[in-house]
Amino acid sequence: MNMRIAPGVLAEIRRHLAAAYPTEGCGLLLGTRGPNGDVVVHRQLPIPNRRAADAGGRTRYLIGPEDFLTAEREARQASLVVVGTYHSHPDVPARPSAYDTEYAWPRCCYLIGSVAGGAVREERVWELRDDRSGFVERELEVKES
Amino acid sequence: MPVTVHIPTPLRPYVGGRDTVATSAGTVGEILERLAAEHAQLRAHLYRDDGRLRTFVNVYLNARDIRDLERQATRAADGDEVSIVPSIAGGAVAVATALPELTHAEILRYSRHLILPEVGPGGQRRIKAARVLLVGAGGLGSPAALYLAAAGVGTIGLVDFDAVDATNLQRQILHGTGVVGRPKLESAEARLQDLNPHVRVETFPVRLTSENALEILRDFDVVVDGTDNFPTRYLVNDACVLLGKPNVYGSIFRFEGQASVFHAAAGPCYRCLYPEPPPPGLVPSCAEGGVLGVLPGIIGSIQALETLKLILAAGDTLVGRLILFDALKFRFRELALRKDPDCPLCGPNPSVRELIDYEAFCGIGAAPAYDGAEITATDLARDLRENQDLEILDVRETREWEICRIPGARLIPLGQLPERLSELDGHKEIVTHCHKGIRSMRALEILRAAGFSRVRSLKGGIDAWATEVDPSVPRY
Repeated sequence: MNMRIAPGVLAEIRRHLAAAYPTEGCGLLLGTRGPNGDVVVHRQLPIPNRRAADAGGRTRYLIGPEDFLTAEREARQASLVVVGTYHSHPDVPARPSAYDTEYAWPRCCYLIGSVAGGAVREERVWELRDDRSGFVERELEVKES
Repeated sequence: MPVTVHIPTPLRPYVGGRDTVATSAGTVGEILERLAAEHAQLRAHLYRDDGRLRTFVNVYLNARDIRDLERQATRAADGDEVSIVPSIAGGAVAVATALPELTHAEILRYSRHLILPEVGPGGQRRIKAARVLLVGAGGLGSPAALYLAAAGVGTIGLVDFDAVDATNLQRQILHGTGVVGRPKLESAEARLQDLNPHVRVETFPVRLTSENALEILRDFDVVVDGTDNFPTRYLVNDACVLLGKPNVYGSIFRFEGQASVFHAAAGPCYRCLYPEPPPPGLVPSCAEGGVLGVLPGIIGSIQALETLKLILAAGDTLVGRLILFDALKFRFRELALRKDPDCPLCGPNPSVRELIDYEAFCGIGAAPAYDGAEITATDLARDLRENQDLEILDVRETREWEICRIPGARLIPLGQLPERLSELDGHKEIVTHCHKGIRSMRALEILRAAGFSRVRSLKGGIDAWATEVDPSVPRY
């Protein structure tokens, strides 16, 4: 299974995560999910990190339910769905943390960008296993749709 | 008209790809339970293992959060809409407390750290978040405190009750000539604040005791042992083991130093290495035996280094390893330390479960062996004028004798005394003396054991003689 994303969309995500550093930046990914599970991201939707203001914002992000409802509405109008989320890991690798696993949603791609020195060094995409036992990595395909 | 349940995108695959599911009226709890019963795979994502709804599953009745209504007991009637709405959370590392941010001034100051892969901005923020306690602001504490403050350790605690003495300045580089006589913590705090105003210095101008140690150590992440005596060293070790904190150990004597990290959670403690303290007087202190001023600079810097590695969780620390440094030969040796399975403190069956009386444990502070064994310098001066038969026995080393001496005294270094007893006249009263009055008590014990009955020891040694009787004698 892979996740395809247009270079321009990925560039926007990188800009957002780099600007959020050293706090965690986050947002939602709108697109389509094919019958075989492949995901195509059409656009990104930056969401204000609801934990940016408190001390936890440097190692935590939170997308609130209102934000999620708004995103779903926006997706529906464009005949898209929420296919995933993105967030940054400032100064640590782009691998899901235990905390990520605990709070993860299924059938939802987690794009994690590792940010160091103010720039995104690496992105990787993960998806929770159906039995919640952990994440499996998806291939990230940077290509125009 | 039934109740409509809105399913969020991530959960739709579990309900056949639908975005809504119709169900009959009931409480929200019943509706969700019904949903989970009908779609088995959904359950794990809605409920935790203990059967409670996951924190990040939000449920709305029409447009209202059920947390603001009657939670899962909220009733949904025909025609109502129930929405399951995710909030999405995650984050980098599961840390108990968030790391503080670096200001622009700090980023500039620590730039040589920030470009190290092993430190970087994340590591520097860990250093900033760290709280390190230094027990002793002396020879070891000076370089350790200076380097830790320079490195940006957010909070440095200092425990010391001493005042700066001129003899400290040869090695205790926290303090300067202008502060002789002032409390060490006063000059240490000023020096550290000048070096790095981003660091918070907490001072404890007390003697560390069994009564206050746990209270003081409790709030720190790492403890650096810069003590110069055995009772405090055992006290620091025991308190660290009881509190589960790493103890960065260093000790120095003359030209030799030792360093290790005692962290009972990961390796041995100081008691695993030295279960019992040496008999009092066997191991001389630096005041008695001397120390090359640079040596604490080396060992204290090793302690600062190990402290930073513990904070950064970088590299291989000295846990389970004892470093022995011989400055004259210039040789570092490393001994592997094993956790003692019978350790009374950190072993599986500990007998020491709280702090004890460390002075007693180390055999110090016991009642004097002989009443009236000591004579003051003033009394000695008077007795000398009145009693021609008095012999003054200097038991210091030859090099000390070359610095200064009491007129008329005879020199027999303590180490040679047992073999040279025949040189002494048993009919005379003997007054033993050394530098500060400790070795002379040992000499007194040797003489009395050998049958000399009229022996006394000069209280405070030649140092007291210089201050009380003869100011022309230099102090050292």
